[in-house]
Amino acid sequence: MIPELGHFALIMALVMALIQSSLPVIGAAKGVSSWVAMAKPIARLQLFFMLISFFALVYAFVVHDFSVVYVASNSNTALPLLFRISAVWGAHEGSLLLWALTLSIWTGAVTVFSKSIPKDMLARVISVMGMVSVGFLLFMLLTSNPFDRLVVAPVEGRDLNPLLQDFGLAIHPPMLYMGYVGFSVAFAFAIAAMIGGKLDAAWARWSRPWTSVAWIFLTLGISLGSWWAYYELGWGGWWFWDPVENASFLPWLVGTALMHSLAVTEKRGIFKAWTVLLAISAFSLSLLGTFLVRSGVLTSVHAFATDPERGVFILIFLVIVIGGSLMLYAWRAPSIRSTTSFQLFSRETALLFNNVILVVVAASVLLGTLYPLLLDALGVGKISVGPPYFNSVFVPLTIPLAMLLGVGALMRWKQDKPARLIKALGPLLVISIVAGLLLPLFASHYEFGAAIGLILAIWITLTTLQGLRLRLANKDYSSQSFASIPRSFYGMSIAHIGVAVFIVGITLTSIYSEEKDVRMVPGEKFVLNGYSFEFKGAESKQGPNYTAQKGHIVASKDNQLIATLYPEKRIYHVRQMPMTEAAIDAGITRDLFVALGEPRGEDGAWSLRLYVKPFIRWIWLGTLIMAFGGLLAATDRRYRMAKKNNQLSEHEVTA
Amino acid sequence: MKPARKKRLFFIIFLVTGITVAAGFALYAFNQNLMFYFSPAEVKQGKAPVNKVFRMGGMVVEGTFKKEKDTLKVFFDLTDYENTVTVEYTGLLPDLFREGQGIISRGKLNAEGVFVAEEVLAKHDENYMPPEVAESLKKNKK
Repeated sequence: MIPELGHFALIMALVMALIQSSLPVIGAAKGVSSWVAMAKPIARLQLFFMLISFFALVYAFVVHDFSVVYVASNSNTALPLLFRISAVWGAHEGSLLLWALTLSIWTGAVTVFSKSIPKDMLARVISVMGMVSVGFLLFMLLTSNPFDRLVVAPVEGRDLNPLLQDFGLAIHPPMLYMGYVGFSVAFAFAIAAMIGGKLDAAWARWSRPWTSVAWIFLTLGISLGSWWAYYELGWGGWWFWDPVENASFLPWLVGTALMHSLAVTEKRGIFKAWTVLLAISAFSLSLLGTFLVRSGVLTSVHAFATDPERGVFILIFLVIVIGGSLMLYAWRAPSIRSTTSFQLFSRETALLFNNVILVVVAASVLLGTLYPLLLDALGVGKISVGPPYFNSVFVPLTIPLAMLLGVGALMRWKQDKPARLIKALGPLLVISIVAGLLLPLFASHYEFGAAIGLILAIWITLTTLQGLRLRLANKDYSSQSFASIPRSFYGMSIAHIGVAVFIVGITLTSIYSEEKDVRMVPGEKFVLNGYSFEFKGAESKQGPNYTAQKGHIVASKDNQLIATLYPEKRIYHVRQMPMTEAAIDAGITRDLFVALGEPRGEDGAWSLRLYVKPFIRWIWLGTLIMAFGGLLAATDRRYRMAKKNNQLSEHEVTA
Repeated sequence: MKPARKKRLFFIIFLVTGITVAAGFALYAFNQNLMFYFSPAEVKQGKAPVNKVFRMGGMVVEGTFKKEKDTLKVFFDLTDYENTVTVEYTGLLPDLFREGQGIISRGKLNAEGVFVAEEVLAKHDENYMPPEVAESLKKNKK
C-alpha cells in the first residue's frame, strides 16, 4: 500500500511540475497576475508530494518490504538501520528520486527566501526549475520507477553493495546532489532574466547567495567522496581523476568561476553575458555529471547498475536543456551591454583571469573525460587518459591561479596603481619565496616541487592577512573595527586561506608519501619513513552481516608506541563479496595507513599495504575551511538587509 | 584607433594568446599521456608495443594463478578466449580479483612476451566484465 502511495505521489509531483513549469511563466509574459501568484503554492505542493514519495521509499526500506524490486535488490534483513536508510539512494532509481527531491527542496527554498524579488521574476525562476523537474520526474516514471513491485516477494533481499555500507557514503550523495542541483537556482535566475529580457545587476545579486550555498554543498560533497575513497576503497589515494570524480569536479570549477564572476557583475555591472554563460555551463555540467554516472557510458567504481536506454533519455534531456538555454542566450546576449568600463590594471581584470584559468582547467578536464568516450562511441579505438595527463595540465595552471589569487583580492575595482600593489605585496613575495625554499630542508629529502607548493601557500596566506590589515588601516585594532568589516570579506579571506591549506596538503602528500606492499609473517617488522610497523598476526571476527579477518599491527617510532592498528578483510555474506577495511592512525602532520591483502603461505604470513602519508588531512581541512568561508559570504548582511528593505517598501506600497 | 578600442584589442590579443598557449599545452600533455587498450589476441598478433605502457583486459584463466613464495609476485594468464597472455604482478591484488573474473591491467610487455602489470583493476561487482573484454568476446564468437 505504502509503495503505491509513493508512486502516486510521484505522479502527482509530475502534474504539479507540469503546471509549475507553464502557468507562472506564461502568466508573467501575458500579465495574468493570478497565474503568476500560483508559482509559490504550486512549487510547495510539488515539494510536499516529493516528500511523501521519498519517505514512502524510506519506509519500504525500513520495514524490509522486499515486494518492491528496488528494496529487494538493495537491502537485506541483516542490514543495519542507518544503511537501510542510506540504501534509498544507494542505486539508480533511488538516487534519482533523491535528485528530484533535492530539486524541489531548492525550489521550496527559493519560494521562502524570495521576498526581495519581483513577482514576475520569481514566477519565471520557479517555472524554469519546474521544467527541469518535469524532465527528471518523467525520466523516473518512464524508465526507472523505484516503486516497481515483484509479483512474488523474495524472503530475503540481495543486500546493499558492501562498498556503500559506510557512513561517509551515506551522506556523500545527498551533499553532492545538493551542490549539483543547487546550481539549478543560478541557472533558473539566468534563464528567467533572459526570458524577461532584463539582464541587470539585480539578477546577479539574487543569484549570489544561492550559488555560494550550492558551491558549499558541492565542495563538501566532493571532499566527502575523496575522504571515503581514501579510507574505504583501501587504495589510500584521495583523488584518482576517475571520470565520475571529474564529473563532480567540472561543475565545481565552473561554479567557482561563476561565484567570482557574479561578484563582478553585482558590484560593477559588467561581464553580464559571460556570467549568464557560466551559470548555464555550471548547471549543464551538473546534468552532464548525472548523465555520465547514471547512463553506463563510464566504466568506473561508481557505475554500479547501469542501463544504456536510460542514458539515451538523459542525453536527449541534456541536449534540450543545454541547446535551449544556448539558443535563448544567442538570442538575448547581443542586447546585453555593459554600463561601466574599467582599466587594464584593476580587480576586474584579475577576476577575468581567474575565470579564464578556471574555465581552461575545466575544458582540459572535460577533454580528458569525454574524448575517450567519443572515440569509443565512434568505434575508432579504445584509449584511456590517465592521471598523468590531468596532473600535467592541472598543476601548471594552478600556479598562476594561486599567484593571481594573492594579487587579485587586494586590487581595487576599476583602476589600481601598480606602484601601490608592489609596495603592499613586494615584501610578502620575498618572504614567501625565501620561506618556501627553506622549508623543504626539514623534510626527508629536498624536492623543488614541495618548495613551489609551499611558496604558493605562504603567498596566499600572507596576502590574505595583508588584505585584512589594509581594511583596518587608519583604524585601531579594537573589536569594533573588526566588526566593521563585512562578513562577506571575512568569508572570502577564510575561503582563500582554505585554498592555501589545501595546496599544502596536496603538495606534501603527493611528494612525500611512502607506500609499500609487503609480505609479513607474524612478529616481523618493517620500517617505512622512520615508522616501524610490526605485524602481530590476524584472527577471525564476526560482524553483523560479514565475517572478517582482523589484522593486528603495532606502529612505533624510536621505540615509542604510536598506534595499534586493526585493518580488516571482510567477506559480506549475501553477495559473498570481499572488502578491505583499512586501519588509519590520523594525525595533523601525517597519517599511518595499513590495509590487509591476503594470506600468503602456511606460516600465517599476509600481504600488507603500508603507507605513511604526510599532511593528507590538510586536503580535507582546506576544503572544510573553504566551505566555511563560503558560508560566511552567503550569509552576509547585505542579502538579509535587501529583504528587510523590500518588506518595508511593500508595506509602503500597500499603505 | 580610439583608446577604448585599442584597450579592447589588447585585451582580446592577450586572451587569445593565453588560451592558445594553454590549449596547445593541454593537447600536448594529452598526446603524451594517451593510453591504448589491447586484447590478448592483439598482443599475440604483435600489435601492442614492447616497453610502452598500455592496458590489457581479459578473463583470468582458471588454474593459472600462481603466487611466488616469500615475495608478493604473482602470475596468471589473461584470455579473451582467442589467445592468452601471461601477466606478472607484484603487490596487493584488488578485493574482487579471482580466477574466472574479468579484469583490466595496466603495464608493459617485456621482451619475453610477459605482460608486467603495474596495476590490476577488478570492478566492484561480482558479475562485472570490462566492456572491452565483453566486446572482444563477442567478436570472437562470430
